[in-house]
Amino acid sequence: MTDQTQSVDLSKMAEDNSTEGKSAGDERVRKVPAWKRLLHRPEFGAISGTVLVFVFFFITAGDSGMFASDGIMNWTTVSAQLGLIAISACLLMIAGEFDLSIGSMIGFAGMMMTIPAVYWGWPIWGAILFAFAGALFIGFLNGYIVVKTGLPSFIVSLAFLFMLRGLTIALSILFTNRTIVGGIDKYADGDWLAALFGGVIGKSLFVWFANIGLISSYDDGTPVVEGIPMVIVWCVFLAVVASWVLLRTKYGNWIFATGGDDKAARNVGVPVDKVKISLFMFTAFTATVYAACQVFEFGSASADRGVLKEFEAIIAVVIGGALLTGGYGSVIGACFGALIFGVVQMGIFFTGIDSDWFRVFLGAMLLIAVLFNNYIRKKVTEARH
Amino acid sequence: MSEFIIELKKVSRYFGSVIAIKDIDMKVKLGEVHCLLGDNGAGKSTLIKTLAGVHAPSDGQYLLEGKPVVFNSPVEALDAGIATVYQDLALVPLMSVTRNFFMGREITKGRGIFKRFDIETANQIAQKGMAEMGINVRDPSQAIGTMSGGERQCLAIARAIHFGAKVLILDEPTAALGVKQSANVLKVVAKAKARGLAVILITHNVHHAYPIADRFTLLNRGQSLGSFMKSEVSREDVLEMMAGGQELDELTAELEEFSRLDATA
Repeated sequence: MTDQTQSVDLSKMAEDNSTEGKSAGDERVRKVPAWKRLLHRPEFGAISGTVLVFVFFFITAGDSGMFASDGIMNWTTVSAQLGLIAISACLLMIAGEFDLSIGSMIGFAGMMMTIPAVYWGWPIWGAILFAFAGALFIGFLNGYIVVKTGLPSFIVSLAFLFMLRGLTIALSILFTNRTIVGGIDKYADGDWLAALFGGVIGKSLFVWFANIGLISSYDDGTPVVEGIPMVIVWCVFLAVVASWVLLRTKYGNWIFATGGDDKAARNVGVPVDKVKISLFMFTAFTATVYAACQVFEFGSASADRGVLKEFEAIIAVVIGGALLTGGYGSVIGACFGALIFGVVQMGIFFTGIDSDWFRVFLGAMLLIAVLFNNYIRKKVTEARH
Repeated sequence: MSEFIIELKKVSRYFGSVIAIKDIDMKVKLGEVHCLLGDNGAGKSTLIKTLAGVHAPSDGQYLLEGKPVVFNSPVEALDAGIATVYQDLALVPLMSVTRNFFMGREITKGRGIFKRFDIETANQIAQKGMAEMGINVRDPSQAIGTMSGGERQCLAIARAIHFGAKVLILDEPTAALGVKQSANVLKVVAKAKARGLAVILITHNVHHAYPIADRFTLLNRGQSLGSFMKSEVSREDVLEMMAGGQELDELTAELEEFSRLDATA
């Protein structure tokens, strides 16, 4: 590249043109106040929504134990589970595609690690790796079919939603004659890979918290919250990594380009197909992490795990400011979307409101988020003349 | 080394039984603006897609710097220094000036897993590149959806120039633009020429083409009516040859007829 010589030329020519350059813009560009710029961030809606939700539950459920240590851990865990799949669904949606098979993949991946471990005597780490390999392959297949056929991913992944759910039930009955396979916990003890998904970290820290009275403890002195569940660790870790990749790397630019206009992206040499396929694999990956965390928390896999999770993930992503049409969105926003989801789901339980209202709230929230996002998009792409 | 950077010899392209272009000869020189003129359906699009590596010629030879080449994809042509700015510009409205500028060719810093898009440097380069084209970008992180059509056109051209294009193919750059913006884009074309690039300008607007072009190739129904230096033809000749001249004369006559009728009514 000849950047050096070119930039010299550029500055010389820039001087030649300084007069017309100025006349083209300055006096017609309005100064935009800082708060308005903030308003144009994709995650703004989700963050302000989160604040509202917290204020609401502080007032209505402040003394119900929702904001005690175990209460906090409760809704954080629920949010983190959803956040996990929302992160990958977000990247995929920014790239202009959907994956409706995430929920079914959670059930399928759970079975892929439980059956080999419990019925075939595989070591736990082997069963987990098998589940990840299988899930990544299915994610690849999903993405490959989408890019090669040009069919909407909505249809292709909807087909996978049914196929994977059906396979989960059929295969678990075929191999084990049941749809809930338990007993994996007794093999999981001491397995290095299982420890990454089950269990908690920071145990001694929480004992110390209990000792100094920061969190309450049971009669025998053990703290009510043992530590931070691995699912939260995974969620935070993946959120940071995914956000960094999206905003700061070449690949992240490709994700925006692919979703913004895949024809344009292709014309300038962005490997659109590879980007899409890899993101379908990433959603399968996070679904498997989700499944593993659940399997090692409950000690069992169940054929109905993850039902409707794909829609919850999409809702979280949309609340987080992503456009359904692709090209715009934020991983951090999606995480806040998941947090709103978790807080409301658990908060309604704490306030004693009939939990049926949760769905009403969810639908309304989704509608408001989409309206708000459309408004933002119009602002962002508004032509100046 | 040949005098011409690009030379087409009897290039044809068929799509099944359809003959899109037939036996086209064309020569493009560095530092020249080569205008490709033709009415709708004359085969301009097929010809530039052949030049840009989207289609391989069905027949005939494509010479780059005197050597025959076959491009299997637009990326290969781009790597050889042939950059095409399509009508849709290959820009993404929701992305920022900088992200568009470097789309597909992001500059990076850092190593291994910390290798990242060098946004600060990219911002500076994009801003400079745009300034050179006479456009002041106040904030390179603004979405280009907020920019005017002419500014976007200039961004696409600036991008091609920055990435070392030797041949710049512009597909109807002034088609959707107002008078002033068209003039700006044509100025940018002149600047590209002054820097020694070969510019292939596709248009059906002779009034845009004539002042800036050094050489014309006229297409009609998939065939070339020949290439001419500017000194050899007048604006009227060119218009005439585009098979538009006669129709336009008729139109003028008809319009006069209408206004006469209006006046008497």
